[in-house]
Amino acid sequence: MLLTGIAAAFFYMFAFIAVASSVMVVVARNPVHSVLYLILTFFNASALFVLTGAEFLGMILLAVYVGAVAVLFLFVVMMLEVNRVTFRKGIAEYAPIGVLVGVVIAAQLLIVVVGQSLAIEPSGTPALPTPDPAARPNTAALGDILYTDYVYFFQIAGLVLLVAMIGAIVLTLRDPRPHIKRQNIGEQVARDPEKAVELVDVESGKGL
Amino acid sequence: MEAVVASYLPIIIFLLVCIGIGAALLIAPFIVAYQSPDPEKLSAYECGFNAFDDARMKFDVRFYLVAILFIIFDLEVAFLFPWAVSFGELGMFGFWSMMVFLGVLTVGFIYEWRKGALEWD
Amino acid sequence: MFETYVLPGILILVHSLALLVVLLVFTAFILYADRKIWAAVMSRRGPNVVGPFGLLQSFADLLKFVIKEPIIPSGANKGIFLLAPLVSAVLALAAWAVIPVQQGWAVANINVGILFVFAVSALEVYGVIMAGWASNSKYPFLGALRSAAQMVSYEVSIGFVIVTVLLLVGSLNMTDIVLSQQDGLGTRLGLPNTLLDWHWLGLFPMFVIFFISALAETNRPPFDLVEAESELVAGHMIEYSSTPYMLFMLGEYIAILLMCALTVILFMGGWLPPFDFAPFTWLPGVFWFMFKLCLVFFMFAMVKTIVPRYRYDQLMRLGWKVFLPISLFMVVATAAFLKLTGWA
Repeated sequence: MLLTGIAAAFFYMFAFIAVASSVMVVVARNPVHSVLYLILTFFNASALFVLTGAEFLGMILLAVYVGAVAVLFLFVVMMLEVNRVTFRKGIAEYAPIGVLVGVVIAAQLLIVVVGQSLAIEPSGTPALPTPDPAARPNTAALGDILYTDYVYFFQIAGLVLLVAMIGAIVLTLRDPRPHIKRQNIGEQVARDPEKAVELVDVESGKGL
Repeated sequence: MEAVVASYLPIIIFLLVCIGIGAALLIAPFIVAYQSPDPEKLSAYECGFNAFDDARMKFDVRFYLVAILFIIFDLEVAFLFPWAVSFGELGMFGFWSMMVFLGVLTVGFIYEWRKGALEWD
Repeated sequence: MFETYVLPGILILVHSLALLVVLLVFTAFILYADRKIWAAVMSRRGPNVVGPFGLLQSFADLLKFVIKEPIIPSGANKGIFLLAPLVSAVLALAAWAVIPVQQGWAVANINVGILFVFAVSALEVYGVIMAGWASNSKYPFLGALRSAAQMVSYEVSIGFVIVTVLLLVGSLNMTDIVLSQQDGLGTRLGLPNTLLDWHWLGLFPMFVIFFISALAETNRPPFDLVEAESELVAGHMIEYSSTPYMLFMLGEYIAILLMCALTVILFMGGWLPPFDFAPFTWLPGVFWFMFKLCLVFFMFAMVKTIVPRYRYDQLMRLGWKVFLPISLFMVVATAAFLKLTGWA
């Protein structure tokens, strides 16, 4: 399918910025700049999603990846303040592995693209026809099938999130420091004058 | 695809106008205002002292924990959006499917509460 | 070519400019109102010199900011330091593109409007983080850390609140959300279309949670720990002066107005009149929208003057241990109620 008109212009613009900024992620000398370029890449990826009609995915990419994941990346990078000399030293060492991974991914992409152009038309009607976007918005169409037809995948996603939550706590949480005073708001609010004040008659000339 | 462009084009144009106004305001004082920088004026604010060490210091791991927990709950909300939108069309099965999903995550939430991951001291 | 692309493009440009100009002028007066309300509660006069009753104070401030000396600290990361206020202001403005102020009066009427606002307001944390890091100074850095954790914590409960409203609406489109409030709880009880139909009544706990979370999300007192002047002086904005500083303040107020607008759209019936009969229907919808916006902002301003600042551990406790469980429970309860009664 070849794109034409204004949609094509937007597609090429977003695709070009996405590729260029992902190159900058690797090339940038300052790790914080790398993360900021990564955010730019996410933005353009989200725009590409929207352009294909996947509005919901585009917005979720923005909210989850840019709004949450990249914030975590920024935290890590800001705190580590990686020494730039040592940061760049590893590049030559890891270059062969990087090239290998790149070649493998390129080969896989090639297989998919070539395979698709050779593929025979699937016979019969597809199990779930894509609804007309004018009749049923993207998000609703997703909701119609995600929780019923794809219930196992949905539940597995829930379990993955549970594992992630427990894993994060196990990895980061140290034993709570002893002797730490914490506020118990319920106890504070429940306190009344009778519990808080004790009246004592003190005889003159004597202490308590 | 043309329909998508038609509905999102206003956002792009609006964004460009916003950037234009913001950038104009940002640049204006560099052109208009009087400037006479000196080393004291350009040093970082430190209540009158010179800085002891680098400002970018190590901080508590709890900030990461909050960020990670936020990612997980944000994803949970992301799963809720399509569910809420097609709620009217979903039958009881769709409803219970989401209840199980939320139940699993509530287990995680109770775990982190009991572990003290939500305490801030 | 001209008919299909250029003409609509110019029309959109005119719409955008009109909305932005109105929004910025409105913000100027909202700023003035905020200071006046604050002053009145403290038995002060507030701004009263520039123009009649000091009405032009904000415009004088703008002029003053522009002719102030801009300072970039020598240790700062120059590019990001200047980018931060721009990001902060532009993101706050950007979300306004999908806000409908009257039927059909939105710059962009997209299918996923509320999700767009949710996503963009999640990004507002970047202005603060970038400023805190780029300043290369201790107070801004601490402010940025606090802010990131704080904004992120309340984002979750805002998400759950939006989901509860969506259960009643069944669409992510902002206009649909408003129109769904034409008939609600009130009409089901046999009353005519009034303000009792809006979501604030049926979802009252969520309305309260949303309002308080909105305060925390915009770093508004009593949750302004990001810039708590008694401990962090001015937080992430310390090293800023002149218009970069002003852009932060502008971004902050526009974000507050955005949250007010969201409250109006989600819970207070957007542009719908409070009673659906004359003389209330004589006034245009945009008037009612503005009126409700001012009402919500008045509540924001009063909270600022009356409530003392939270401590950080209390703030995190409120977000994670109170709002999150309550809003999660309300999502389940609302859904179960709708399914059992067959309303949805």
